[in-house]
Amino acid sequence: MKTSTPSRAPLLFFTTVGICLFMVAPVLVSVMAGLVNSYNRGLSSGLTLRWVQQVWDVYGSTVGASIGLALACVACTLLLGVPCAYGLARSRSRFARAFEELLLLPVAIPGLATALALILVYGNMTSLRQSFGFILIGHVIFTLPFMVRTVSAAFQRPDLLAIEEAARTLGAGFPQRFLGVLVPAVLPAIVAGMLMVFTLSIGEFNLTWMLHTPLTRTLPVGLADSYASMRIEVGSAYTLVFLIVILPVLWLLQALTTLIQKRYGT
Amino acid sequence: MTATPNPMSRASQIRLLCMLPALVFFAAFWLLPAATLIALPAEKGWETYLLVLTDARYLNSLLNTLWLSLATTLVTLVLGAAVGIYLARRRFRGRQALISLLTAPLAFPGVIVGFFVILIGGRQGTFASLTSSLGMGRMTFAYGVIGLFLAYLYFSLPRAIASYTAAAESMDPQLEEAARVLGATRWQITRDAWWPQLLPTTVACGAIVFATAMGAFGTAFTLSSQFEVVPITIYTEFTNYANFAVAASLSIALGLVTWGVLFLARLLSADASPAQ
Repeated sequence: MKTSTPSRAPLLFFTTVGICLFMVAPVLVSVMAGLVNSYNRGLSSGLTLRWVQQVWDVYGSTVGASIGLALACVACTLLLGVPCAYGLARSRSRFARAFEELLLLPVAIPGLATALALILVYGNMTSLRQSFGFILIGHVIFTLPFMVRTVSAAFQRPDLLAIEEAARTLGAGFPQRFLGVLVPAVLPAIVAGMLMVFTLSIGEFNLTWMLHTPLTRTLPVGLADSYASMRIEVGSAYTLVFLIVILPVLWLLQALTTLIQKRYGT
Repeated sequence: MTATPNPMSRASQIRLLCMLPALVFFAAFWLLPAATLIALPAEKGWETYLLVLTDARYLNSLLNTLWLSLATTLVTLVLGAAVGIYLARRRFRGRQALISLLTAPLAFPGVIVGFFVILIGGRQGTFASLTSSLGMGRMTFAYGVIGLFLAYLYFSLPRAIASYTAAAESMDPQLEEAARVLGATRWQITRDAWWPQLLPTTVACGAIVFATAMGAFGTAFTLSSQFEVVPITIYTEFTNYANFAVAASLSIALGLVTWGVLFLARLLSADASPAQ
């Protein structure tokens, strides 16, 4: 597409600059606030890592818990979601379509409602309620549709049908076809789904706040707690920790999405 | 499944077997809980389902949420379209990096967005320092409807920017060129060449932004806003008053609104593109 000179669209140009400031400035202010001695006095109060250190002492466990939870969530959505995506991609039945629709509901309705429903039914099972397993269940319910939809779209590529048929006529049983031929063929989509599930799980708050207990706290739960009860510098330092955890995954996801679009088209 | 009178083909057995684990998990941890939640208000009488319409406090909270979400959606779509169109039509160094930067906040939990608003517009915020140095006292905007609106805008814009950039990149440049050759004004080009091509994105993105805003909990929670929205009402009823039936009833109402809007948008976009 031909590019035009900035003077031809001043309104779009200034809106874009303004929005960039609006989106980026708070992040920069927050990063700065987490690294200075006093937010009120700003950079002139000097740089320090003591707030980050304090975050690590008080909330350090939430970082490991969130990463572990997100990895477990990725594993569960892989085991449940990839075979399910195959089944849905190959089914024409009304039942399969209905199931596909139902799977989307936990995304379409607010997480708060899903969390309440889970608590109503399983809240009395103390050992489940007090374990990370309870939060994991919520996260898997919420992230499963993202994995299923991404992978199912990849399974629908027409050339895969022919490849699968070829493997079948050569005498490969279903497990062999699935793991040896189909899964490698849709691997980029699976990895994209995994990264998506990981980011969603790491940042999930709406469900998690309802499902957590004092002993099962995740990173966003800790963030909310620090915002309510700690100095503004500590909250900022904690936000910085979150950014350090999440940003590399996001960049990977974006690089991978570009790669998939280049290789298979959109 | 072999006992059915019409034995399924081997292939469909495999398909069913593939879906079974997800099906069982979903039935146990979403369908059953959701059914329980939906049945719960009935214990307190059928009128409990309509509480959100009949009780002034809940109705007020619902109307608050509706108009805040609507305002967020409209402003997000206008600004997101402007930025998306601009980014799609320019090639400059660092463009891809800028798009990554602008869309990264999609992964931020709502609590962080709420905290950003406190950092800028709260009691210790930059805005308060600015107004106090101007001799107007420490002014804040974080804890009212303005703070909530700005926070909602912040977490909605990345989605709109990403959608509109993608949509504007695939717009047909010949239409615009033809309009320009025929002497169309900038406003006519916007209305007749851009708008129809961006309509599907507007419908889909608008629905998602609206539904997300309606259900947003973390942001309002962090801001402990004086402006009450439905997710906070549900949370308060459940946690502070152990009013499970009311919390369930409000959740159903909220879920119906968000699901309904998303469903409507899908119907509309299915109509708009019969090729699908």
